[in-house]
Amino acid sequence: MKILVPVKRVIDYNVKVRVKSDNTGVETQNVKMSMNPFDEIAIEEAVRLKEAGKATEIIAVSVGPSQCQETLRTAMAIGADSGILIETDETVEPLNVAKLLKAVVDEQSPDIVIMGKQAIDDDSNQTGQMLSTLLGWGQATFASKVELEDGSAKVTRELDGGLETLSIKTPCIITTDLRLNEPRYASLPNIMKAKKKPMETKSPSDYGVEISNRLEILKVEEPAARAGGITVPDVDTLIDKLKNEAKVI
Amino acid sequence: MSILVIAEHDNQSIKDATLSTIAAAKEIGGDITVLVAGQGCDGAAQAASQIEGVSTVLKADDASLSHNLAENLAPLVADTVKSKGCEHVLAPGSTFGKGFLPCVSALLDVQQLTDIIGVEGADTFKRPIYGGQAIATVKTSDAIKVMTVRATAFDKVAASGGSASVEDLGGASNSGLSSFVGQELSVSERPELTSAGVVVSGGRGVGSSDDFKIIEALADKLGAAVGASRAAVDSGYISNDHQVGQTGKVVAPELYIAVGISGAIQHLAGMKDSKIIVAINKDEEAPIFQVADYGLVADLFDAAPALTEKL
Ligand SMILES: Cc1cc2nc3c(=O)[nH]c(=O)nc-3n(C[C@H](O)[C@H](O)[C@H](O)COP(=O)(O)OP(=O)(O)OC[C@H]3O[C@@H](n4cnc5c(N)ncnc54)[C@H](O)[C@@H]3O)c2cc1C
Ligand SMILES: Nc1ncnc2c1ncn2[C@@H]1O[C@H](COP(=O)(O)O)[C@@H](O)[C@H]1O
Repeated sequence: MKILVPVKRVIDYNVKVRVKSDNTGVETQNVKMSMNPFDEIAIEEAVRLKEAGKATEIIAVSVGPSQCQETLRTAMAIGADSGILIETDETVEPLNVAKLLKAVVDEQSPDIVIMGKQAIDDDSNQTGQMLSTLLGWGQATFASKVELEDGSAKVTRELDGGLETLSIKTPCIITTDLRLNEPRYASLPNIMKAKKKPMETKSPSDYGVEISNRLEILKVEEPAARAGGITVPDVDTLIDKLKNEAKVI
Repeated sequence: MSILVIAEHDNQSIKDATLSTIAAAKEIGGDITVLVAGQGCDGAAQAASQIEGVSTVLKADDASLSHNLAENLAPLVADTVKSKGCEHVLAPGSTFGKGFLPCVSALLDVQQLTDIIGVEGADTFKRPIYGGQAIATVKTSDAIKVMTVRATAFDKVAASGGSASVEDLGGASNSGLSSFVGQELSVSERPELTSAGVVVSGGRGVGSSDDFKIIEALADKLGAAVGASRAAVDSGYISNDHQVGQTGKVVAPELYIAVGISGAIQHLAGMKDSKIIVAINKDEEAPIFQVADYGLVADLFDAAPALTEKL
């Protein structure tokens, strides 16, 4: 059983994102970058399946600039066996990422693709669903529990109304939600070992995919700031303000 | 222009998020068709036909559509878009919409827009990125425009006053790729989190699921919905469907009370458009105070019960 895990390099979730003064995008110079947290959860799940003897091989794949090598090394330090970098300096929209991933799936024939439900930069929440459709595979999005069975996966999903369990035929796509697992920290020996694991670099054209973006970002702005508030000394004042000033109760 | 809105419903009634999605469709401007797909969904189809501004309701009633399985729903939607010549396809930005709409986009070879919060023109929309830390204005060159709509950004259209015709699309086919096994839905007497007028949320500071009753008591006194931070959900104080934030639910009530929540960027992403924000936290440096209209620096175990009692 082979598992493919797509990992995206994004601005670290702890960084306060700043909009560029010319409104063309957000500052990425000298900003800490990390693996998308949902993708860390995906790698962790794959590694646990391997440790449980259910999976034999984990391939991490990233689409983006050469620095994504670091992201792939992180994935390998957590436990992926090898990495594929599809190198491009262009912005790659989710549909194109999905097309590239489909080509990787066609080449590598994994049994399962586990990926993040959402990249915390574009907040698209699209790629996994698109990939499943392009492949004609089943999908289970927003997974909080995965149990592999013979020829299928039983997946519990986090929905707005509670939890739902689906059975999907393998091969399939699973996208991770926060409660699926708590990713481990890579140990120093594993970080060292990761440096020696195989990594291939490819280009989108190697996969016959032309990156044709459909979206034009006209501008990027700061959200409207909230007016400053006040500190109230006690509960009675709070109630008074809510009743008589804000008039919300 | 012809706009297709995919309704979120429970077979009997239409969910509020659908009404906000139709409001976004009205801003785009054009003939609005609502698709109600489900099993035994005649009630929902009838309800949809009453919605203000809707000209046609399409009903697809089939066992294969009973649990919104994306593999069954997406081809039906894509075929409908093609046969009706729709130029826009909209669905609520809930787990329902997010689950299947990208599959529709893939079938139509369209780059979807997620969670639009503003309509600038028929092809230009505003949407939050980086957990709402920036707002992008995006123009799409796709002939068919597919998008999910953030419900809190659009005022609901009226659920009544319309008189659309209901057209039966017939059945749908089962892909056989996935099947429904079971569900554990949260049942609550409280208002729905995403459309409640008042929300009381608890965070890690609350400390245990037992003590979360303090939050629930305050919510009940105010007729409010209960929310939570990720830390409170991860710690098992309350179930996942209460999480407010970048990767949980987005709420924008008249009044949001954050109790024992520090105010991480990811939490703020889900609540900072609330009209009035109250924060109760014992740490006066907590970032939540930067977005609060009224901040109370206090121990929540004193302040929250006192608030419940005195209200
Ligand atoms: C990929 C990703 C997605 C995420 N998505 C979300 C999301 O959707 N929603 C979300 O909320 N978070 C999300 N997070 C997590 C977020 O970064 C924070 O970790 C989380 O919001 C913290 O929750 P908290 O404020 O309850 O806990 P803490 O940050 O630990 O804060 C607890 C607060 O309680 C206060 N407190 C403690 N005891 C008391 C007391 N007795 N009385 C009064 N105050 C007290 C403390 O002063 C502190 O400010 C996400 C993180 C990642 C990486
Ligand atoms: N450039 C990329 N490289 C690798 N994986 C990606 C990339 N973009 C998106 N993904 C995967 O798709 C998931 C969802 O991303 P998105 O649809 O952009 O929110 C991410 O969590 C990743 O697993």
